[in-house]
Amino acid sequence: MYVLIVGSGKVGWNLARELKGKAHEVTVIERSRRRYEVVEEELEHAIQYGDGTELWVLERAGIERADLVIAVTGDDEDNILICQVAREKYGVERVVARCNNPRNLQHFDLLGIKPAISATDLIMRLIEHEVPKYGLLHLLDLKQEKLEIIEVEAVSGSLADGAAVSDLALPEGSLVISILRDGGGFVPRSDSQIRAGDEVLLVLDIGLEESVTELFSGRVPA
Amino acid sequence: MGARRADLVDARPRGLGHGGAIVPAMYVLIVGCGRVGSAIAKSMLAEGHEVSVLDENPEAIALLNRHQPESWEDLGGSFTVGTALEIDALLSAGIESADAFVASTNGDNTNLVIAQVAQRRFAIDRVVVRVLDPGRAKWYAQQGLKTVCPTQTAIELLEAAVRGEAVGSA
Repeated sequence: MYVLIVGSGKVGWNLARELKGKAHEVTVIERSRRRYEVVEEELEHAIQYGDGTELWVLERAGIERADLVIAVTGDDEDNILICQVAREKYGVERVVARCNNPRNLQHFDLLGIKPAISATDLIMRLIEHEVPKYGLLHLLDLKQEKLEIIEVEAVSGSLADGAAVSDLALPEGSLVISILRDGGGFVPRSDSQIRAGDEVLLVLDIGLEESVTELFSGRVPA
Repeated sequence: MGARRADLVDARPRGLGHGGAIVPAMYVLIVGCGRVGSAIAKSMLAEGHEVSVLDENPEAIALLNRHQPESWEDLGGSFTVGTALEIDALLSAGIESADAFVASTNGDNTNLVIAQVAQRRFAIDRVVVRVLDPGRAKWYAQQGLKTVCPTQTAIELLEAAVRGEAVGSA
């Protein structure tokens, strides 16, 4: 694969190393002269000096034949633009963008730049995993498909506790896909019984979280 | 807030456009208050439009007050301090009620992103964006953005001047 990486900070440099180690062809673009000189000692001809948001710099680096463009500069507007021209002007099929400020994720979304990776956002999700809010954890949001995968814990005394999957009064548009128990997990059958303490994975239409989670929480709906 | 602005616009006398034609007043949002942004802001306000300016530097209001009989805010202009890319800053500067949007920060990429946000998310019809790099200005113009490239304009004027051709009073 030919991979073009814009930005040679810690992320860009280490990605370049890893990808070269896996025998991919890599070119990195760096706009700071000082940083370029440091990284060039290791990457040699695989790094070019220039502003990776300028079209001629991207063309000089061979963007037209890139299989993947990774924009990991420290500026979200730059990462958005790089990915936008990569895809829309140069027909690059796969792009990956770094989002520095998670509040800017909406701009990446609006302009169709995906995946956009935000370290802050990822860490926030990990923190939420440790301290689930109301026992509910969002594992995956498929915004365009309007689906999400969540994890809920079956609380002792809840409607789910002791119920078979088929007996759960799940709302239309939701489905149990996995039960995690005792450090393992399995895909349940309709007669599999849910026990208190189980972590249950469900796929559901966005908006059904509340009616799903109340089956697993101690609260009995009025 | 949007309603309040709409009332203000309606109460305001209709502005005089170029050539004295009566044009309806617009709500103009200008992001980036440097030499260019501040000059546009002052002309638009003088023409009777409602003008809101957003800049990350609180000192930038000095450019709006310069050579004016009264302060920018006393003249009816508004000024918001905030980062162009932050949606909250754009909202508090009134992007939801804007009829026209000018992206004139000193960053081409910021301008191109916020102009697309104005166009696609807030459906503003009249979006103008300053892009110094001729390459990007041309390509984004082909994609439907109204880009203005001072560099390209300077190149054309200077080339014409070198050739001895008549150059407009630019």
